[in-house]
Amino acid sequence: MAIKEVDVHGLKIKESDRQLDPKTPQGSIDEKWTYYKGHVPLVSPANKMRIDVIVVGTGLAGSSAAASLGELGYNVKVFTFHDSPRRAHSIAAQGGINAAKNYRNDGDSVYRLFYDTIKGGDYRARESNVHRLAEVSADIIDQCVAQGVPFAREYSGTLDNRSFGGVQVSRTFYARGQTGQQLLIGAYQALSRQIKAGSCKMYNRHEMLDVVIVDGKARGIIARNLITGEIERHSAHAVVLATGGYGNVFYLSTNAMMCNVTAAWRAHRRGAFFGNPCFTQIHPTCIPVTGEYQSKLTLMSESLRNDGRIWVPKRKEDCGKHPNDIKEEDRDYYLERIYPAFGNLVPRDVASRAAKYVCDEGRGVGKSGLGVYLDFSTAINRLGEDKVRERYGNLFDMYAKITDENPYKQPMRIYPAVHYTMGGLWVDYELMTTVPGLFATGECNFSDHGANRLGASALMQGLADGYFVLPYTIGNFLSKDIRTGKISTDSPEFTEAEKNTKDRIAQLLSIKGNQSVESFHRRLGKIMWEYCGMARNAQGLTKAIGLIRELRAEYYKDVFVPGNDKEYNPELEKALRVADFIELGELMCIDALNRNESCGGHFRDESQDNGEAKRDDENYAYAAAWEFTGDPSDPILNKEHLVFENVKLATRVYA
Amino acid sequence: MKLNLKIWRQGGKYKGELVNYQLDGVNEHMSFLEMLDVLNEELVSKKEEPVAFEHDCREGICGTCSLVINGRPHGPWKATTTCQLHMREYKDGDTIVIEPFRAKAFPVIKDLVVDRSSFDRIIQAGGYISVSTGQAQDGNAIPVGKDTAASAMNAAECIGCGACAAACPNGSAMLFTGAKVSHLARLPQGRPEAAKRVQAMVAQHDTEGFGNCTNIGACEAECPKGISLDNIALMNREYTAASFTERPVTVGAEGA
Repeated sequence: MAIKEVDVHGLKIKESDRQLDPKTPQGSIDEKWTYYKGHVPLVSPANKMRIDVIVVGTGLAGSSAAASLGELGYNVKVFTFHDSPRRAHSIAAQGGINAAKNYRNDGDSVYRLFYDTIKGGDYRARESNVHRLAEVSADIIDQCVAQGVPFAREYSGTLDNRSFGGVQVSRTFYARGQTGQQLLIGAYQALSRQIKAGSCKMYNRHEMLDVVIVDGKARGIIARNLITGEIERHSAHAVVLATGGYGNVFYLSTNAMMCNVTAAWRAHRRGAFFGNPCFTQIHPTCIPVTGEYQSKLTLMSESLRNDGRIWVPKRKEDCGKHPNDIKEEDRDYYLERIYPAFGNLVPRDVASRAAKYVCDEGRGVGKSGLGVYLDFSTAINRLGEDKVRERYGNLFDMYAKITDENPYKQPMRIYPAVHYTMGGLWVDYELMTTVPGLFATGECNFSDHGANRLGASALMQGLADGYFVLPYTIGNFLSKDIRTGKISTDSPEFTEAEKNTKDRIAQLLSIKGNQSVESFHRRLGKIMWEYCGMARNAQGLTKAIGLIRELRAEYYKDVFVPGNDKEYNPELEKALRVADFIELGELMCIDALNRNESCGGHFRDESQDNGEAKRDDENYAYAAAWEFTGDPSDPILNKEHLVFENVKLATRVYA
Repeated sequence: MKLNLKIWRQGGKYKGELVNYQLDGVNEHMSFLEMLDVLNEELVSKKEEPVAFEHDCREGICGTCSLVINGRPHGPWKATTTCQLHMREYKDGDTIVIEPFRAKAFPVIKDLVVDRSSFDRIIQAGGYISVSTGQAQDGNAIPVGKDTAASAMNAAECIGCGACAAACPNGSAMLFTGAKVSHLARLPQGRPEAAKRVQAMVAQHDTEGFGNCTNIGACEAECPKGISLDNIALMNREYTAASFTERPVTVGAEGA
């Protein structure tokens, strides 16, 4: 293995010639998963009782994995930093969950879901993983129905569906505008049943701050009890991270306030490669920013694009007018105009960029000029207000509460905002990171969505990983551990990791500077949004890398963290998370700079075809997996070359 | 606008008392929690300890935020969580009293933060359908009428925040417990365990120290998701029916 230095727009990037092996099983694409399941080593029920597994995070991916592993008979220790496992941000997903059920007889199939996802991800995802996801998608719906998830039904009593962006079938199952909530409660109930049964032990209000590696394998974690401040050691034979995405690196995003990268970043620092960190999803339909004090952005579900029509005034002069006073012929329904085949249901990255362009032209609406209209008047005229209320009532209410405007009477104003991160810990076919025994599931990994995720696919992936993939694949690793016995927490590795965590906390508390953690986070977010947001270029990214390095130095000189480490201290929690966000932010910019092409949500100004993303398959048909070297500014690039045998590489066309 | 805040502080140097704060420059577009963010930024800049309060999604769905605002859980707006309450409700010079959710089964951890793990234990007692991964039949195999699904969904919308118990003079969590009992009891998939479930959940509710329901209705009035009292009625019906049909299972009767 050799490492060479490459000059990328003046930045020296270390590149390894190692080819990462995803360990894809043999056989044709539709045989791989069946072959794998038929040949993977098993752990007998008697041996499972002797094996401990740690699951960090209790969103869809974590709760479903913990419950399923507990049902199988493993001893599972489950960690969440929330007060209850029911709070994770999966709960906020609104629109729905995809599955290739073809209940609508509209031509859906496993292959079509696979194809749509690969194409939607702009050909930057691994075929074998995505096909498996499509294969298990139907089982997820069955499982959730059996758990009591009250999906929307037809009068006949059968399950209802709707459409989401980037597809031409109706394969999205939903529970009003609260699908994520209902699926999470289903998984939470399954987990609660295992807690009662004693197979899962729950640690609420515990935050993982390091992963412990013994003899090259992940054998435990260091966690902080958020009530007492105590630093605890927990051992297991394997560790599963289901800790979500890192959209809050932008400060403002649709993520919940506590979403962070710390668990994944700490794993990265211990040897897990970070895959495609620059692949972030900017969601087109969010409520626009209103002021400096704003703490987060609120999503308006993509499902609204089933019935809502997006437009801006044709003329700049009309932008200040009340929308209801702008005549039909003076409106530009730009998505319907540019993309007639998919109309308002183009994928998220395409819709977001289109909104940016019309606002850049000066045709944006609202006080800031950063907004477009999402109009329901056509749907209300066609279906009546009651039908629209039945479909989207809670979203309309939420919009009214935040903006003080009535979306039944005038169009919503929306603008793109950071929503999801396709990047994450690099995992192989078994969802194992580059650290043996350390697995990553759900949004926390990088695997299935390539450079752009389709709507209603995050819920699908989280539950696929947790219910139907990990319970099989983790067995392969654990089958070698049936004679290992309990993992001791007294080893030097645990002592070192605990000391490392305590030192980090002591360091942050000792700075006693003059600026709040929040103010640093806000500044980081502004740098990221400006230079690593909806459009990126070499000059801006180079500048951002410099700014982030300065910010990091300043952070360790001048941050102020009140209180102490022996108590409930949310400021300290935040300080640890923001420190990791700053390091991640730099890596994202390095990754974005290195990827000198546009694909999906990653748009480089230098690489476009009249505003459409222009891929460079010859040079960038790979997943970038970054290796930590000890210096956050000096990572090593490893590559997994993506092979497309079942889908032909093509330019995405939605027109 | 300028506000007078009286905020409950407890833990560290505070024994448990309302502390006065004056906050200037509050904007009507802010959410209530963003107003508290501004206060905390100000306290931190003065090197004082910020007020501890819980929050996460700020979209009214995770159930993490709480607060009793001028005597009302989640404040004055109907069917609205604290995070969705906006400052246009208030005017310059207003005094706002902010306290934690209070109930015997919700001990205060610090300031405005309480421990609601009792809710988790009520669910663990039986608030689930016992189906393991892989056991499910096809999703369309059992038809569920549109209205049945809708009424189950109405109950399932509960976010587990605890406002019902905080609003109740008896400190009862019957609305929370009833919502889960009724969500699952209304669905055909939930029927086989319905009797055992309601007994186990009610027993746990009582063990946790929540009080009994005396049909006051404050829970429904303050619930941010508008969960109906009907769910308590349905729970009582299920509970009464279970007391006739359910006998304690003797050891050895199951399995063998």
